[in-house]
Amino acid sequence: MEIPAAIRFDRLGQVFETGSGRVEALRNVSFEVARHEFLAVLGPSGCGKSTLLRMIAGLLEPTSGAVEVFGRRVTGPREDIGIVFQKPTLLPWATIEDNVVFPVRHKRGRVGSHDRDRAQELLRMVGLEGFGKRLPDELSGGMQQRVGIARALHMDPDILLMDEPFSALDALTREEMGFDLLRIFGERPKTVVFITHSVSEAALLADRVLVMTGRPGSVLTELPVPVARPRGRETIKDPAVTELAAHLRDLLLQRDAA
Amino acid sequence: MSLSMPDFSQPESTKGKRPDLRRILAAPGVAAILTILGTVALWELAARTLNIPSYLLPAPSSIFSTFPSIGAERWAGHVWATLRVALLGFGLAIAIAIPLAIALVRSPALNRTLYPLLVIVQSTPVVAIAPIIIVVLGAGDAPRIVITTLICFFPMVVSTATGLAATPPELIELSRSLRAPGFREITQIRLPFAVPYIFSALKISVTLAVIGAVVAEFCASDAGVGYFIQFSTSMFKLPQAWAGLFVLAAMSLALFQAVSWAQKLLFPWSLPRKR
Repeated sequence: MEIPAAIRFDRLGQVFETGSGRVEALRNVSFEVARHEFLAVLGPSGCGKSTLLRMIAGLLEPTSGAVEVFGRRVTGPREDIGIVFQKPTLLPWATIEDNVVFPVRHKRGRVGSHDRDRAQELLRMVGLEGFGKRLPDELSGGMQQRVGIARALHMDPDILLMDEPFSALDALTREEMGFDLLRIFGERPKTVVFITHSVSEAALLADRVLVMTGRPGSVLTELPVPVARPRGRETIKDPAVTELAAHLRDLLLQRDAA
Repeated sequence: MSLSMPDFSQPESTKGKRPDLRRILAAPGVAAILTILGTVALWELAARTLNIPSYLLPAPSSIFSTFPSIGAERWAGHVWATLRVALLGFGLAIAIAIPLAIALVRSPALNRTLYPLLVIVQSTPVVAIAPIIIVVLGAGDAPRIVITTLICFFPMVVSTATGLAATPPELIELSRSLRAPGFREITQIRLPFAVPYIFSALKISVTLAVIGAVVAEFCASDAGVGYFIQFSTSMFKLPQAWAGLFVLAAMSLALFQAVSWAQKLLFPWSLPRKR
């Protein structure tokens, strides 16, 4: 028997009933994400990219079609999925360490020393060793988003969903965060769905890029990133990456012009 | 994290220099105290030179001279009577308002049914219901506490509900994705996020609580600062009534300050950060 994909969208459609009428957010979306694959989803604003993530997480029911995670249809929220949001959305009253262990405290009501050890290990991994006792507003936006990543990884999810996680950061920090992600997932591979507006970010990070059309969102094309791992700072200058980025940009611009 | 008031007035140029007059004037509170002292001095001057009759506007000196003549024990008795009702009413209002706000946020059905009712209750002038409540609940502290609660619980409900609903939706999604028990969404996410909202309501409500206690004393009472003012005016002892008014104002200020301190002490993160 063939190994089921980590995530599978099957002719999925999503229609929202709003006060001003029906809005078709997604139409006939089908794609698969293999285990430990890094998929970047690229598309114009309002093409339903975030809606896709919410459906994988089981926070939203599709109007038609189905989402499967590890061969099983998603019917409600799943615990084996971590989410990194566009904004860090940390708890302002809790220390950085408490923020990282928050999923455990929230789920079980208490936190063990093992959970704290794991938080320390994750903070080290995201480059925030020694910041555990600080409060979120003592940290920069980039550092806060690293805490958000550590929080999403604390329960050791099989799948990580990232919803434009670096879009609120300045260009340099954003690039740094990209390199850090390459290193983090190089150490511990995860199945990642990464929503982004940035073509270079998609080309640098992903194994495959899914390009979506505008509303209603549907899959325009899927492109593999023909660059071997491990990748690093020099990958940005790799002709294969720059060519792919240029091609992706053309695809998006054509769609906008059409 | 500093517990002192943010200092907006410190001029940069005088920092680190020897204290001079400008610097003293710019220190927090000094301007306010000087303004109050100046107003009292002007008032005293006006009352003396213009020969204003004391039943119209007594001079501050004649108001302050009533403090010793009443005696500390009688003052303490009246202050305690008013304070007790204000604090019990305020406490009862908190005990009702916060669970009610949680219920309103958790249940859209309750929000649709109960909220209009609350608005109606709030729109009814409490001063007008006070005599009715006193007839229904009889003598004693009970009717006064109910009147106080009625006057100060509505701002708490509205503000707490607003705060509970203002939680970042991402954290609610995180909570749902973890399939955590629903009460923890309230205790670990929504309530802490509502703390600044709750405290701004508490600051308003604690001064309303003093008003509620006084309104209740006006209707039926034999003790309390409100009763003392009413009694003094009926005897044409206007300076004495003014003294009672000063005591009430001081009580309200002290309670307001106490709530502010409680927030600084218990939830320092909920205050705007000093940069």
